[in-house]
Amino acid sequence: MGMTMTEKILAAHAGLSEVRPGQIINAKVDLVLANELSAIVAIEEFGKIRGADKVFDPGKIVIVPDHFTPNKDIQSAKVAKAVREFARKHETLYYEVGRMGIEHVLLPEQGLVRPGMLVIGGDSHTCTYGGVGAFATGVGSTDVAVAWALGEVWLKVPPTIRIEFRGKKQPWVSGKDMILYAIGKLGVDGGIYSALEFTGEAISELTVAERLTMANMAIEAGAKNGIFAVDAKTEEYVKNATDKPYTVYASDPDAQYAQTIVFDMAEIEPQVAFPHLPSNTKPISQVGEVEIDQVVIGSCTNGRIEDLRVAASLLKGKKIHPKVRCIVIPGTQKVYMQAMKEGLLETFVEADCVVSTPTCGPCVGGHMGIMAENERCVSTTNRNFIGRMGHVTSEIYLASPAVAAATALAGKVMDPGEIK
Amino acid sequence: MIEGSVWKFGRDIDTDVIIAGRYCNIPDPKELAKHVFEDLDPTFASRFVPGDVIVADSNFGCGSSREVAPLCLKAAGVAAVAAPSFARIFYRNSINIGLPIFEIPDIAKFFEQGQKVRIDPATGLVTNLSTSQSFTAAPFPEFMEKIMAAGGLVNYASERLGGSKA
Ligand code: SF4
Repeated sequence: MGMTMTEKILAAHAGLSEVRPGQIINAKVDLVLANELSAIVAIEEFGKIRGADKVFDPGKIVIVPDHFTPNKDIQSAKVAKAVREFARKHETLYYEVGRMGIEHVLLPEQGLVRPGMLVIGGDSHTCTYGGVGAFATGVGSTDVAVAWALGEVWLKVPPTIRIEFRGKKQPWVSGKDMILYAIGKLGVDGGIYSALEFTGEAISELTVAERLTMANMAIEAGAKNGIFAVDAKTEEYVKNATDKPYTVYASDPDAQYAQTIVFDMAEIEPQVAFPHLPSNTKPISQVGEVEIDQVVIGSCTNGRIEDLRVAASLLKGKKIHPKVRCIVIPGTQKVYMQAMKEGLLETFVEADCVVSTPTCGPCVGGHMGIMAENERCVSTTNRNFIGRMGHVTSEIYLASPAVAAATALAGKVMDPGEIK
Repeated sequence: MIEGSVWKFGRDIDTDVIIAGRYCNIPDPKELAKHVFEDLDPTFASRFVPGDVIVADSNFGCGSSREVAPLCLKAAGVAAVAAPSFARIFYRNSINIGLPIFEIPDIAKFFEQGQKVRIDPATGLVTNLSTSQSFTAAPFPEFMEKIMAAGGLVNYASERLGGSKA
């Protein structure tokens, strides 16, 4: 009987020839990620593991302080300091402010995540790396600490749901719109405990950046991981980033899927997720009049150079609406530099946007764009939960970089196709 | 035996409302417990009585992987959480840190705010003392039983490394 690519990666890392959904395995990890918030709790737990003086392999542990950095206050500085000291002591991979980026933009860019790898991370959006054909899933800090010590993680093999996108993208539709549409149909627990495998004609045509965006939000449907087949685009992307080796696993033609869901691209317009759930989506044509105070373009979902290019193409030579604050956050230092070379940063500043250093910032309600009561934001991030970006009465509307830029110009949620 | 009053929650309760991101740079669970559910109900922390139980609808704990979510519930004195389903990272975090959770289909339909509940963690038997109805939680897979028997994942790892228990 055939296996899905998720099952094959898990079997290979558990030293088994075959695994089936529901089976609990102990798997070897290729990379363990933590940000400063999950690391600080993991360091405490690691200290409690008797017999663990050293981490299992410093080259397979990566720590990225990105949530409240550059430190927004003394408390954050203390956390970052303790995490930095741990990273230095154990000689783990570590990306300091000025050399860093938002973890899930940084790791693929640095070639640290590659096809066929098994990656766990103390961050729920670790599932992003399925975009390059890795099995990657978020875990808690205790799991991170134990993986630091043992190089292993216990996992329940998930059933795989196959999601097929038939046909071609309509104008202004991006990977972000496709995943918002899928979450809208599935619901925030429609993929609970499962692997989501994205396939179909429209998927082959997506850039790797868009696949990373889609895999990033698999967790928003409750999924364990999101995954894409490795194709020529993936291989080109990975080879550009690193010369380290990787293994390609493909789903067998007779693999067993828990379910196959087919979406028709003809039905998919640019999408907007209304407060307070990512599944609360509407097509742009049905949004109506929603006035906006703030726009955020960035995050691990849409802070890549491709995203900034789309936003800049709409903003070029224009000014944003006088009532709107627009915050642009390149995902990494490399994205920042590239955007500078291409003149995108100039476009943003000339349009009256603010450009920030790479950080999670407002996405986690930390800093750099927190909202007061009753304010509304269109954001390219991945969560619009109550209070996520500030006051409990503030509202977040999730959308693509194109919709976000169009909204910044119009002062209300706007179809990018309407911008002349 | 766990016995207390029920605090009732709906479906898709996310970890951002359990503990807001803005507090996640505070490592002390006791401090965090002062802000538990603050964005849903700012009076919750002052009204919650340690030993009480949360009964919620499906997909409890969705969203962020923050382990401080179950940690601050535990520090606030939440004796157990019962729901038809839990988001998977919240589920494993709870097992790993020892917050008792019970997965029971439709459980939210059978409890109202303030009713009395008794839970036997050994058998997974949950009784609504106000209506005398009983329910049984799904048993944990054997591997998770092992983690819990070891007293959490950290102790389990210590045993694997040949160290003594914490
Ligand atoms: S950008 Fe937002 S979702 Fe992504 S890692 Fe940072 S806080 Fe999490």
